[in-house]
Order: sequence, then structure tokens, then C-alpha cells
Amino acid sequence: MNIFKISSKNLVRNKLTTILNIILVAFGVSILSILFLASTQISSKLEKNAKDIDLVVGAKGSPLQLILSSVYHIDYPTGNIPAKDAYKLMQNPMVKRAVPLALGDNYNGYRIVGTDSTFSNLYGLSIQKGSFWHKDLEATLGNTVALTSGLKIGDFFFGAHGLTGNGDVHKQHAYQVKGILKPQGNITDNLILTNIGSVYKMHEEKHVEGHSNVSEGAKEINDKQITALLIQYKSPMSVILFPRMVNQSTSMQAASPAMESARLFSLIGVGIDTLQWFAIFIMGIAALSIFISLYNAMKERKYDLAIMRCLGASKSKLFFLVMFEGVLVTFIGACLGLLIGHIALEVIGAYQESSQAKLTGFTTIPQEVYLIWIGLFIGALASLIPAMQIYKVDIAETLTKNR
Amino acid sequence: MIKISSLAHVYEKGRRIKFPDWEIADMEQWLLLGASGSGKSTLLNIISGLLEPSQGEVLINGTDLYTLPARGRDRFRGRHIGIIFQRPHLIRSLDVLDNLALAAVMAELPVDHERNLSLLHDLDIAELAENYPDQLSQGQLQRVSVARALVNKPDLLIADEPTSSLDDENANQVIQLLTTQAKDNGAALIIATHDRRVRDHITKTYLL
Repeated sequence: MNIFKISSKNLVRNKLTTILNIILVAFGVSILSILFLASTQISSKLEKNAKDIDLVVGAKGSPLQLILSSVYHIDYPTGNIPAKDAYKLMQNPMVKRAVPLALGDNYNGYRIVGTDSTFSNLYGLSIQKGSFWHKDLEATLGNTVALTSGLKIGDFFFGAHGLTGNGDVHKQHAYQVKGILKPQGNITDNLILTNIGSVYKMHEEKHVEGHSNVSEGAKEINDKQITALLIQYKSPMSVILFPRMVNQSTSMQAASPAMESARLFSLIGVGIDTLQWFAIFIMGIAALSIFISLYNAMKERKYDLAIMRCLGASKSKLFFLVMFEGVLVTFIGACLGLLIGHIALEVIGAYQESSQAKLTGFTTIPQEVYLIWIGLFIGALASLIPAMQIYKVDIAETLTKNR
Repeated sequence: MIKISSLAHVYEKGRRIKFPDWEIADMEQWLLLGASGSGKSTLLNIISGLLEPSQGEVLINGTDLYTLPARGRDRFRGRHIGIIFQRPHLIRSLDVLDNLALAAVMAELPVDHERNLSLLHDLDIAELAENYPDQLSQGQLQRVSVARALVNKPDLLIADEPTSSLDDENANQVIQLLTTQAKDNGAALIIATHDRRVRDHITKTYLL
């Protein structure tokens, strides 16, 4: 028998009000926790995948699209660039490392990336089983690809044209799995890596098959085109000079992953802000509801509190009792809200289509502790005025008067 | 031993009541008589430390109630005075046994479940231990509130109009209960009433 028991018994007695208040707090907290978790996960993923990439050079178009397609492998590429020009840029003295990318095919929605060994150096890739690709039509699978597709070393598979779907399969050439990468915790888990020659070969076949875009396909091979170039500078000094040089003196465009993902985030940010205010608004309603229910209950509870005074409880003890009740409600609500937030995010992640930026509820971030503190603060704030009434109640008068 | 001397109280509206001096020895049983509005409740509130008098002092076992700080007075009341109200107020969210335990907790004393159960047994309501107040009849509630007043083995038991809403039979029972329980628990007893039925049982009277 203690304050905790008295409070919880009283809360159980007023089930409906208590449940309403808990739900309100839980709802507000869960929205906030989803926002916190999702935005930290997204931004940490964006950061991790763009790590060590200072600049992306690709065909002219939207710089954001260029970054999304060649760094995050989400959007479609802006187009192709002549391999000749790209290789010229790779020789530039300001460039420490340049990784050519040839995109265009997929296997079950996982993108097939034609590149060379610099790609594995850039991302620090290491092999779990088998080996890296060496010859045309050899492929190395990202860890997630291997897990979900069930492909093993030595297996053959066909790539399909396009970046999603299995519509237009390149049946003439099959890739052979040569190795599987260790899990990297970044985008490369979801990629199939091969050399650029393989990608050329695929599209050579298209020409022979006599598809609709014959002339285009033929030209692609004759002129040797690639999709994009990931560039790492030798020194930070190049940040200003190099992109300007690319944009002005070539037919290609240069885009910085850092700048573009910041721009992307500021676009998403408007939505996040709105939701955040919505959640804060709900928390405000929760505080008001707790205040009103406690305040109303005081009319009836005056007797209970007067009796407790008669039984020897001091004013401050009863003040603490009423405060504790409000805080208990918001504490339960806040914990429940965090739980709901995590479960909801895990469910969202499970239904997400893009495997590249999957969200998960099974992580925590330190900011969530603040949500619990906010919950406690709201509870204390809402019960302050009702609890203050303890000091005003005239026990003698309350108890002699009939109910 | 309880002693009040040169006590007077001035109401907010300006009316002033002077209370005659009064000495109650250990385990003595007294009636506090007076017409309605004569200040019976006021005097009881003053004796139980709920209402500070404008003048005079209340000594209980040598402690001057109104020189104690408010907090100390609350605790003193919890430990030494048992109060039974005209209407039995119990905490509705707690069952009977928890209501008794509450009395000890609020007075910051350890809870003695054995004693609480035997109290209920003495009052013939042992089977109600786990019922909630809204499941009890008025008479049963009254008994629980007597039990609650006795939980901390008080030196003084105060009952304010305990019989006014009861019929003859029940009134008799309650008075019997109060007098025997006070005796058995070694407490002095004050019953404030304007009910003539009570007078047959208790001889010492204090008239307002």
C-alpha cells in the first residue's frame, strides 16, 4: 500500500478517462518517434551511401536525379555520357579516384551495375564467398541480393532491361555468379556488380535481335557510352574548380551528393515539420484533456483527499499524490507511444517497395528519451493546477457537508 | 488525557463561540451535547487538529496541538485520534482492507494486516474484507469507518453524530459498538450528538 497503489487504483476506477488520456499521449508520442526514427534513418543512409563520393558526373538534366540514380540507385539515370569524355576526366590531376558506372539492367528489381575494381575500393567492399568479377558476364552479388534471390556461386541468371520489373529479359547472355559480398550496411548490399563490358554485350544483343531502338543501340556501342562517373578529389580545393570546369567545358554535368541530398532533405523537411506540429498539437490536446479530467475529478476526490488528511496525510503528500497520477498517465502513454512508433515503422518498412532505403523499427535513438521526458513534463504541467487545490480544500467543512 | 482550556473560536462571519474548559481522563467516555449550530462540529474539528481556534489551547497527552507545525499536527492526528463521521467516507477505489491499510500508511505507520482482519472480525464484517465501498450497505460502511478509526490504536476516538441517520435498532448497535470498541482498544471516546437515544449509554456529558 503506497502512493503508487492508491494512484493506480484510482486510475483503474476511472478506466475510460484514463484510457482516453493514455491514447492521446501515446498517439502524439508515436508520431514524433516515427518522425525521429525515420528521418535519422533516412539521413544516415543518405550519408553512408554518399560517403567518400565528392562529385558525380553524368548526362545533363536534373542534378538531383543524377545523384539519386547513380549514388542511391533510386531514380532513373539522366542519360548516357560518351566514355571517351569520361575517361579524359578520369585522367584529370585533381581526381584521386574515378569510378565509371554503366546502368540500365536489373535482376528481380536489383540493379546490375557495370563498373571496375575502383568501385570496390571506393566502397571498401570485401568478399564473403567466391571472388570478384573478372571477365565479361561474371557477377558479384550484394549480400541482400544473394539472400533474397537464393542465387549461389556458379548459378546463372538473366538480366532484364530497365531498372525495375522483368519485362524485357536479355535471354542471349546469362550472368554467372562468381562471388557474394560481405554485408556492408549500405547500398551495395542491394546491387549486382559486373564489368562494363558485360553491360555493353547485353545491349549488343539487342541490336542483333532487332528491337525497336536498333539505331540507338548500335550507336551506344559504337561510341561506347557509360552512365555516370563517381569522383573523389585529391584535395578539398577542387570543390569549386572541378564542377565548374565540367559544367562549362564539357557536355556533361557535375553534381555534388552532399548538396543534392541537403536539397532533397529540405524538400522532405516541409512535410516533416507539418507532421511534427501536428504531433505537438495532439500532445497539447492530451495535456488539456488530462487537466480537465483531473480538475473535474477533484470535485469528487475532495472527500477522498479530506479523509486522507484526517488519517494523517500532509498537504504535500496529497499534492504529490495528485501530481503522480497525472505523471503516471503520461508516462504510460509515452512508453506506449514509443512502442507503437517502433512497431508502426517496422510495419512500414516491411511494406516498403524500394529495398534501397528500408526503414526498421528495431533501433533506438537517444532523442527518444526526450519524448519520455516531454511526456512526464506534460503530465506534471496538466496536474499542477488540480494538485494546487489540495492547499485550498477546507477538510473540516468538506467532511461535515453531505456529498 | 485530553484537556482544553480557555478555547474560543471566531467564525468568518464574526460570530464568536466560547467553549467551557474540559478535561477527559484516559479511557473516559463523554457525550458532547448541544443543539444544532451550537458549535459541536467546530469543537470536534478543533480537538482533532483540523481547525485552528482563535484562542486557547488543546492538550492531548501533554502535546499542545496548535504549537505543532501543520505537518506534525497531521501526523499526530493520524496516530493518536480516530475520527468517525456522520456519513461514512471511504475511498471508493480501494477495497475494505485497503481502506484500513490506508489509515496506517497515511499516518506513516507499518500496516498490520492481522490486526486489521481481527478488527473486521470483531465488528462482524470479516467477510467484507475484499468488497468495495459501493457494494456495502450504509450500516456496513459505518462499521468499516469505525474499524478504520481504530486501526492505529488511537488514544481518542471522536464520533460526530454517528446515529443521526439510523433507526433505533441500528443506533443502539452503533453506540454499543463504539463504547465497547473504545474500551477494548484503550481509547477515550467523545460522541457528539443531539440524539436522545445515546444518553442512556453514556453518563458523562459536556454541554454546549
